[in-house]
Amino acid sequence: MARPDHKLLRHDGAVVDDPFVTLDDADPVPAEGAVLVSFARFDADRAALLGRAAPLGVVFGAAQDASSDPDLARLAAVAWNFTKFADGRPYSHARNLRFRFGFSGEIRAIGDVLRDQIHYLARCGFDAFEVRADRDPADAGQGLRDFSVNYQPWLPQPVVSAAAED
Amino acid sequence: MYVYNDVDQRIVDERVDQFRDQVRRRLADELTEDEFRPLRLMNGLYLQRHAYMLRVAIPYGLLSTRQMRALAHIARTWDKGYGHFTTRQNIQYNWPELENVPDILAALAAVEMHAIQTSGNCVRNISADHLAGIAGDEVVDPRPYCELMRQWSTFHPEFSYLPRKFKLAFTGSPDDRAAVRFHDIGYRAVRNAAGEVGFVVYVGGGLGRTPVIGEVIYDFVPEVDLLRVTESILRIYNLEGDRENKYKARIKILVRRLGVEEFRNRVDADLAAHHDPSMDLSPAAVATMTAFFAPHHYDPDAPDADAALAAQTKADRGFEQWRRKNTVPHKVPGYHGVILSLKVPGIAPGDATDDQMEAVAALADEVSFGEVRVLHTQNLLLADVPSDRLYETWQTLKLVRLAEPNVGTLTDAICCPGLDFCSLANASSIPVVHQIADAFSDYDELYDLGEIKLKVSGCINACGHHHIGHIGILGIDRRGEEYYQISMGGSEGEDAALGDIIGRAVPKADVADVMRKLLAVYVEERSGAEERLLDTYRRVGLKPFQERVYGPA
Repeated sequence: MARPDHKLLRHDGAVVDDPFVTLDDADPVPAEGAVLVSFARFDADRAALLGRAAPLGVVFGAAQDASSDPDLARLAAVAWNFTKFADGRPYSHARNLRFRFGFSGEIRAIGDVLRDQIHYLARCGFDAFEVRADRDPADAGQGLRDFSVNYQPWLPQPVVSAAAED
Repeated sequence: MYVYNDVDQRIVDERVDQFRDQVRRRLADELTEDEFRPLRLMNGLYLQRHAYMLRVAIPYGLLSTRQMRALAHIARTWDKGYGHFTTRQNIQYNWPELENVPDILAALAAVEMHAIQTSGNCVRNISADHLAGIAGDEVVDPRPYCELMRQWSTFHPEFSYLPRKFKLAFTGSPDDRAAVRFHDIGYRAVRNAAGEVGFVVYVGGGLGRTPVIGEVIYDFVPEVDLLRVTESILRIYNLEGDRENKYKARIKILVRRLGVEEFRNRVDADLAAHHDPSMDLSPAAVATMTAFFAPHHYDPDAPDADAALAAQTKADRGFEQWRRKNTVPHKVPGYHGVILSLKVPGIAPGDATDDQMEAVAALADEVSFGEVRVLHTQNLLLADVPSDRLYETWQTLKLVRLAEPNVGTLTDAICCPGLDFCSLANASSIPVVHQIADAFSDYDELYDLGEIKLKVSGCINACGHHHIGHIGILGIDRRGEEYYQISMGGSEGEDAALGDIIGRAVPKADVADVMRKLLAVYVEERSGAEERLLDTYRRVGLKPFQERVYGPA
């Protein structure tokens, strides 16, 4: 289900057009442009998807550790799908991926992603948020401001950009 | 005790603002109850049988008198004039209105308190030995480590949506008074041969419907590695704990499924995968924190008061009873710890009124360096009372009904709120404790029965710790009738043991009679007045007790 009109919240609070087109498993792969596909589709057709001349993102399940994927270095984005917001596994996966493996691409949270998780997600290395479709991404971005200071100094503090200030 | 710096204060202040906004969004229906639930739970706000219940954190059970007065103020202003001290050294208010909770949290923040992570599937308030800093057998005061861990765990972004709740406990003594082997992670401070501080770390202990005694995962974690080892344990649990069935979601089930060796292998692998030096717990950080818990300015010439006490004791048998049961030795000569029993006839165990809290605060300012502690046995402690002021302390406590001389006896029961308050309970627990207290109201008899740890839960979630009572009582529902399953032989300390169920559950009206039969067997079987019930039970076994209650098999 491609969602061309859909907005993405960045970890600096900016709300931007999603540079990736999200493909359902049955959707044809467009000739050009960045796409985000499920892990199942990616795994079934790695060569073709990686062979395109455009950025590729893969959506992993909460139980999946993307850092062990052999093609990790060729992915522009790694996403975790929160089927339930209470499933905390992607927080550990993302922290591993960002701070232990030094992954520099996008780490995106999709699914049941709401304002009150954003701050924690950002501190664990997520930098892009597809906020649940019935919610306003700009409002969700207010969650980045929930705390101006934190413990755990080895994890980053969200910094809201001047452009995102209202 | 610890004093907040600007960062600590901003964090609790911003938490109040955040929750105020969450409540506003809930009341405006911008948040559904399903979406609000995990948010309010991370602020200790439960929806109970009759109303909301707010659980306030008392980190490692330590309160300043200023904080105690704030707790009294909250009870008076926004609740029904009392609070309930819990087995995890917290306090609960049973009747707050949702719209007032942000103001309550603001009143707490003003005295460096909060309700952060007192509920929800996250790292909960950290409990500790209530005799920390005054026990003669202590290797090191655990409270600096508790505060460092409180800060580490507060809003830890990786571990805020765990499979289930997660409880830590610390002791600095070989004599474990903090039940560390019944926590998700328990820490016991020790020194190695070089004299360096480290921790024996136990993992996977807990009560609830599947009681498990925690196993040693590491027999010496150096102080410097305390945070990273804890993080790696949490990470393995976060990734591999059961998220399908909440009854199999605690770390104890994961550790049992993998075995402690395999669990340790996975933690070791996680530790080896990445070593971040910024996670070191540095000697400087420990020293800075330890300074907050420096010993009080004890009077080096404090009279040991033996002569005075002896005279008062002779003159007043009531004082002597109280002194023997409700005071504990102090490592500094001339001082005692004084336990304030919250097990008063007719009052729910652990409950204290606003007036009592105010009186305790005033007394602590007068005789105990302005600090009060909460015990996991749901009593309070004035830790540093000069021995020559015990008599006046006792007289003051009597005026506010906090001098019941029953500490450590049968009527000093641990008890959950049960069916009277809790939406999880199957049966009442408070009335059962009252029934037993009525039947054993003769203090000569209570003292003759000696040390007995009675622990009562109103359901299998075991908030009353029934598995580890010398006598445990579990309330169950049998076709709408309240029945009680009785166990014996449990222990929470370094001789940790789970109790044995003595037989089929008994009707509510029979509980005190059954106690009487069990204790009659004990009195007949004990080898002498010094042998405790638990020791007699361990020596003679279940059978004579069973036969007295149920007849010969």
